[in-house]
Amino acid sequence: MRLEIQDLPDFVRGAALLGAGGGGDPYIGHLMLQQQLAKGCELDIRSVHDLEDDAFVSSVACMGAPTVMTEKLPSIDALSLALRTLEKRVGREVSAIIPLEIGGINATVPLVLAAHLDLPVIDADGMGRAFPEIQMVTFGVYGCPMSPVVVTNERHDVVIVESDDNKQGEDLARSVVTQMGGMAHIALYPMSGRDVKRTCVPDTLGLALQIGRSIGAARSSDVDPFTSLFATLGNCEPKRDCGVLFDGKVVDLTRDTRGGFNIGFIKLRGLTGGGSDFEVRYQNEYTVALKDGKIRAVVPDIISVLDRETAEPVTAEQVKYGQRVKVIGITVPRVMTMPEALATFGPAAFSISAEYRPFPSFCG
Amino acid sequence: MQLGVDVGGTNTDAALVGNGGVIASIKTPTTPDVGSGILEAIRKLLGDRGGFGDHICTVVVGTTQFTNAFVERKRLNKVGVIRLCLPAASDLAPMPGWPEVLRQCVGDCVHLVPGGYEFDGREISPFDEGRVLDAVRSIKASGLRAVAISSVCSPINAEMEHRTAEIVSSEIPDAAITMSSDIGRIGLIERENATIMNASLAELSGHVVQAIREALQSLAIAAPFYLSQNDGTLMQADFAERYPVLTFSSGPTNSMRGAAYLSGVKNGIVVDIGGTTTDVGALVEGYPRESSVPVDIGGVRTNFRMPDVVAVGLGGGSIVTNGQQLSIGPASVGYRLTKEARVFGGETLTATDIVVAAGIQDIGDRSRVRRLKPKLIDTALRLMNTMVEHAIDTVKTSAGDVPVVLVGGGAILVSDKLRGAERIVVPRHSGEANAIGAAMAQVGGVVDRVFRYSEIAREEAVNLAKSEAIRRVIKAGGEEAGVEVVEFEEIPLAYSSNDSVRVRVKAVSDLRTQSSGYLDSQRRRIN
Repeated sequence: MRLEIQDLPDFVRGAALLGAGGGGDPYIGHLMLQQQLAKGCELDIRSVHDLEDDAFVSSVACMGAPTVMTEKLPSIDALSLALRTLEKRVGREVSAIIPLEIGGINATVPLVLAAHLDLPVIDADGMGRAFPEIQMVTFGVYGCPMSPVVVTNERHDVVIVESDDNKQGEDLARSVVTQMGGMAHIALYPMSGRDVKRTCVPDTLGLALQIGRSIGAARSSDVDPFTSLFATLGNCEPKRDCGVLFDGKVVDLTRDTRGGFNIGFIKLRGLTGGGSDFEVRYQNEYTVALKDGKIRAVVPDIISVLDRETAEPVTAEQVKYGQRVKVIGITVPRVMTMPEALATFGPAAFSISAEYRPFPSFCG
Repeated sequence: MQLGVDVGGTNTDAALVGNGGVIASIKTPTTPDVGSGILEAIRKLLGDRGGFGDHICTVVVGTTQFTNAFVERKRLNKVGVIRLCLPAASDLAPMPGWPEVLRQCVGDCVHLVPGGYEFDGREISPFDEGRVLDAVRSIKASGLRAVAISSVCSPINAEMEHRTAEIVSSEIPDAAITMSSDIGRIGLIERENATIMNASLAELSGHVVQAIREALQSLAIAAPFYLSQNDGTLMQADFAERYPVLTFSSGPTNSMRGAAYLSGVKNGIVVDIGGTTTDVGALVEGYPRESSVPVDIGGVRTNFRMPDVVAVGLGGGSIVTNGQQLSIGPASVGYRLTKEARVFGGETLTATDIVVAAGIQDIGDRSRVRRLKPKLIDTALRLMNTMVEHAIDTVKTSAGDVPVVLVGGGAILVSDKLRGAERIVVPRHSGEANAIGAAMAQVGGVVDRVFRYSEIAREEAVNLAKSEAIRRVIKAGGEEAGVEVVEFEEIPLAYSSNDSVRVRVKAVSDLRTQSSGYLDSQRRRIN
């Protein structure tokens, strides 16, 4: 797969959509990646199927509240320091980087670092979307330890978290992130090529580009971008179910930055002000959508809020009072809905007392 | 009554609005010095109605001068930029993603210094007076007097930006300083972009606002003078002089509000055809639909509240090129139309020449376009219609046909049939819709207050802030009926205590119109 400067707007748009409202402002990742490519750095994105079994791969990401990332901005030095420290700790140099999540800024941050260090990137990720916590990753779900987790900041402080329990690793790293000002840079999940192939959500960088392109191309050719988007998702491999959950305007929203997360809700009404009440709750990402108090979609299905005219994704921190949007649902691949996956990032992991069902079955 | 003036790139329009109607409106060419064009427009407008001067209670000027200067990269001054951030936020230097030519206009006198705040209020680094002083002296040595200051998390704590501004003032006494905390919201890059844009307009805004002020003085109009902002509300002239960036996009807002008022159409599409471009936007309940995604101006990302407008390079001055395939625009002869167009004795074939040749309009010397081939005229007319139809289709919110209001000096370019239009309305005074929209600018009321949710329930605090904003609108002269909350934002301030939240609410309403017996009698006479 190739990714050139002119593809970046489509790629970050697709990543923002898969990011389910979280994962940080894609525009910042776009600018950073653009800066790297303009400098002459190249991106080498490889299919997961071509990965050698004995390759050594690790993830890098920004961890924390997306709102903080729009102020403090990611640091390439700090990312590089995290990866190099992990290599030293494990005693082996990585041969490729794999994104932790294909959402928002964390879809581009690994690409920025890979371009900077001249390393290949694997076309796959560990979430198939964005999630708020670093144990909510398919690598971990299917048995890969996340430790060591190296946490760094722009001051070049380094904290190494080691734990056999991935959730405990998240909690420890999170408290470090909070102390570092609400965002930090991490390297984690050192894995063999064999483990990556067994546990990842494959081909998601390509999917992000396809999604972004379907919206961009529709706009410039007078086709309804939603029709084009749904056609793309319906034809991808594996096929996704998708549809509009609600069409309306934002009538209330709360926003809190707490414990290293953005937490809040968005309430919507029909465009004329009447009709049903619709609510989307978020913890960095949109986790559950309710219509008149009844669940219409829930994690791990992707809930995305899009501008109702242009289908441009709107992240949770970009949502504004009075904004006119469509809320859409997208189902996820099987690797993300197996019982062990749901135990890690299904409704219960977000204290939502409901069984996961693919969103179309909630309708009616 | 209100006097509205719109200073566009090609024309300066003026309109007198009062007591439920437009009393008069006029169009004159924009002059390079701005002021004499305004003088001419108002003189022509008032004409023998000299006595009206005393009855004008507000003057509102809408201008695209600042937007145009930025988009055309002309008349911008170089800016010294100081960002308080180190060691954070250093991988994207100020002005990332700006077009290279624009960066050269604004200069690359950029200084990153220690400072800024964490989200929880702690300092990223302590304020380093020595480093700031070094930066300021280097800006001074470059001969710059416009300075843009930004700091990480300044909407949460603006103190370091203020301390930096003090140092700038003491080193460069006549400096024009813009602080990011005065301009924007959370999101360093967009906020800083707007701050730098504003600083780059410092010299121009001084000239333009002073020119308007002098024009009004020489006409002995003593009424308070405002500029219209991008969201259609008023701001005082002194404030506008310091924050010219807030006028960006006020042009389309004014013309759409004017179009709604003149036509009575509340929901539909407004097509504003000027000399160089056509702006197409949607009206929702009489107001321009806002863009919900960040807007790029001249290739620079901002986070202002702006109308969602599609601009097409088609206007009365658009140049018609008859190559292998006929094309119209985006190049335009602009304000030189009355010299360079064929019908005015020039040599350039423009969109205006086409409609004259087709017999749709009779302006200038028609004999000068007699030789144009009917096939070319026909193809050009169809192309112009198609360009507008495409824009209408992009802006439309539903598949069905909608009313279309045609305004602007170039409305003659399109036929009376457009695909997607349920009907086409060309109201009276439509040529000056933007001046009329400016005259009707709204009053805004802002509340920006910190609440502690442990002391007052969120719902109660929000309601309190909203009703206070509404009270301020009414106090500032806004109509009580129709007052509406248009912006609402909560920023948690975790640093002062765990439950402090900054709540920002903006409410707007139409300016209350004063009835006047004198006016009524005058209107009867004029009409």
